[in-house]
Amino acid sequence: MADPNETELTRGVHDLGGLPAGPIDLEERPLTGFERRVDAMMMLMIGPDGAFTADALRRAIEEYNHHDYTHLKYYEKWVRALRVLLVEQGVLNEQQIDAKMADIRRRIAEGIEV
Amino acid sequence: MIEPRFTAGQRIRIAYRDASGHCRTPYYLRGKPGMIESLIGRFHDPEQLAYHRPGLPKHYLYRVRFEQSALWQDYGGPGDDQVSADIFEQWLEETDDAEQ
Repeated sequence: MADPNETELTRGVHDLGGLPAGPIDLEERPLTGFERRVDAMMMLMIGPDGAFTADALRRAIEEYNHHDYTHLKYYEKWVRALRVLLVEQGVLNEQQIDAKMADIRRRIAEGIEV
Repeated sequence: MIEPRFTAGQRIRIAYRDASGHCRTPYYLRGKPGMIESLIGRFHDPEQLAYHRPGLPKHYLYRVRFEQSALWQDYGGPGDDQVSADIFEQWLEETDDAEQ
């Protein structure tokens, strides 16, 4: 029952329906190279031959704290979720990801194409 | 196979409760009265799929119609404005017609 005396429910960070909001930016922009890569990885990981479901992707994003949820851009949310979900599913571990990130940072610093 | 609990045209209320994790029932509909528009089908449970579980048994999913004036305090739009949402059976509760 929707009794106003009942305890208020917890609203998920993503669950914005009905909250006041400013104007929506409807301008179309071409995808960046980063965004295309993240999109491609996600499409490969979701589905019967992938590592997790779209439902798991949504859940991973819904678990961000308020600051991250409101500040991260769309594909930044995706790439962080990819990391979380691939580790959860045992496809990669944190050490492998950290080692690869260090390798990429080194190559960028040395001016080598990533 | 378990039969669907609700039929088109039936008055219902969305459960007034917190989600225990991922769920597809938006906050603004919790505890609100509506009417079953149609039965969409039976689907793997997204509340389980979200945690890498198989999502079985499948759950019935309904399209539920709401009066906007029942959702928002001081709704300023036309009185017959409605909104429909896809809601899984575990979020639907029977209600009395008299409440509407």
